[in-house]
Amino acid sequence: MSAAETSPPANVAGRESAPPRPLWHLVLVRPETLTLVLLILGVIVASRLSPYFLDIGYILRSFALSAEIALVALVLTMVIIAGEIDLSPAANMALSACIFAWAQASGVPIPLAVLLGLLAGLAMGGVNAFFVIVMQLPSIIVTIGTLILYRGLAQILAGDRSIRIAEGFIGVDRILVLGVPLPVVVFVLAAIVLALVLGGTIFGRQIYQIGTNEVAARHAGIRSRRIKLILFLMIGVVAAIAGIMTASRLGSVRYDLALGKELEMVLMAMLGGTYIFGGRGTIPGTFLAAWLLVVVSTGMTVANLLPAIQMTVLGILLIVSIIATNFIYSRTQR
Amino acid sequence: MKTTLAILAAGLMLGTAGATYAQDAFSIVYIGKNTGNPYFDSITGGFVDACVEIGCQFEFVAPATAEATSQIPFIEAQIQRGVDVIAIAPNSPDALNQVLDSAKAAGILVMTVNGDLVGNEEHRDASILPVDFTKTGPNQVELAGSLIGYEGEIAILSATTEAPDQNTWIAAMNDTLANDPKYANMKLVATVYGDDQPEKSTAEMEALLANYPNLKAVIAPTTVGIAAAAQVVQSRGIADQVAVTGLGLPSEMRDFIKDGTVEAFQLWSPYNEGVLAAYFAKGVLDGSIKNEVGETFEVPNLGTITIDPNNMMNTQAELTTFNAENIDDFDF
Repeated sequence: MSAAETSPPANVAGRESAPPRPLWHLVLVRPETLTLVLLILGVIVASRLSPYFLDIGYILRSFALSAEIALVALVLTMVIIAGEIDLSPAANMALSACIFAWAQASGVPIPLAVLLGLLAGLAMGGVNAFFVIVMQLPSIIVTIGTLILYRGLAQILAGDRSIRIAEGFIGVDRILVLGVPLPVVVFVLAAIVLALVLGGTIFGRQIYQIGTNEVAARHAGIRSRRIKLILFLMIGVVAAIAGIMTASRLGSVRYDLALGKELEMVLMAMLGGTYIFGGRGTIPGTFLAAWLLVVVSTGMTVANLLPAIQMTVLGILLIVSIIATNFIYSRTQR
Repeated sequence: MKTTLAILAAGLMLGTAGATYAQDAFSIVYIGKNTGNPYFDSITGGFVDACVEIGCQFEFVAPATAEATSQIPFIEAQIQRGVDVIAIAPNSPDALNQVLDSAKAAGILVMTVNGDLVGNEEHRDASILPVDFTKTGPNQVELAGSLIGYEGEIAILSATTEAPDQNTWIAAMNDTLANDPKYANMKLVATVYGDDQPEKSTAEMEALLANYPNLKAVIAPTTVGIAAAAQVVQSRGIADQVAVTGLGLPSEMRDFIKDGTVEAFQLWSPYNEGVLAAYFAKGVLDGSIKNEVGETFEVPNLGTITIDPNNMMNTQAELTTFNAENIDDFDF
């Protein structure tokens, strides 16, 4: 995963190559290590703050409240590594969930309604991809636009009312697999699969190469437009899955579902050591960061700390991790 | 990795130990809509004073934003803490259904205070509202009418387009204006929304004055809106042409009443909601009050409270009208 593999041998220029980094260095000096350390610290501090925190069942239940957002953050990590960004998934979640809810409320069988929601998510990813890849527009502008557009469409569809979910489809977070709520299981499985894809396949390696230097990657024969299309479609569908899971958890859907959660997704990716300009980052990093965020906010909530303190702590965490990420990358990669 | 496992193992043990903690005085937590909302200070004051009287541990928590799902982690946290009573001003009529069910299943008494789960009443045990909200709209129309001699153009300056309480009242106002012959000469010319933000409310008020030069009265059924409207009228010095009324906090409106900008406005006492909630919770927990429709009980200073259909209780029958004569008697 280090960029050393892709750069030409330094000896060509007549300079001595840097000595290979020792194994402990490779393993320890990584942004994810910092995330893990912060996570462990978070667990310790949170358990000191409140005697009610250290209960695996409670932590898992709390994680289930953020699992949908964390799931999307995994795919967002890959999008960011490829040098793009998508700020529309939270709005996508709302619109897919509204379409799903509206369909099942007007008599469409649940499986078909779910399929409609997923197709809507796919289409929304496709719209983003069209503007970014075909129209060559910056993804940050495009997805800020579609963020507002998708949210607006959701409000047109649902109005100010909420749409009820059929009783039988409510409570995805109440389904326990070996004591773990289903959304958490989905998140963990997705993390494993995506980590293997990103870290162990040619497709994954190509994502890093596009994000590091897209022109060079194209010259090397990598079909960057196709890979980006796949990524945008993927995040569209995953956002729809997340939206429908949220609908099932809440039992009702309004247009404001997951309002503002795109920032939390970006936050998870950044906390996990993903480099905002692309080319670097890992799925395990985002995985750990999602747990870190949940542990920190749950720990403070169960200790009845004021939201103002919570936001301050989260802001400091983010800044610390960005500084660390940049420091580590500048030390190890240049 | 070993450390993590050790921590997790310790966590499992602690978690089970936590569940067996003994509770002495009963604990009650009030979850507000959001922090930094002075209205809730008054409700909280009622809880605090009542808890001193009857012996309960009280805490107030609230999320940073009043977004529909932002209260869910707070409810989960209170379930985990094992509180006896959750009182909540819900941010959504239905997004909290599932988590409130979990709280009830954990044996917690769940009540809504100052707002209800309209249409989802089965997900809470009881609800405490300041007044019968079906009378708020007609009360407001009557007050506005009395200020302008029941004749002329009026407008409504509300909160957000989605605010459920305000929308209920506005619907009732429209209904009253259309159907009660007493108000036949009053014409509602506009309903605008200031989103409960002072700047936007001020701008909307300015726009009303510009668009409707014959406007006689503005009803602002929200504390932010009435203060903004009064400010505009005060700075233009047109109190004798446009009557501002609505729902306001005595503490915020005192100066406008004193200098004659506003003649009268209405509200209830949020403080009493906290008092009633605490006394009701204690009674239900110690068995002296049955949470059944028709049950009555006494609360000091509030008199006899009756549990109405849907397990609803009101602290007072009608809105209190504040004017120059009584404004100094209220300090919330």
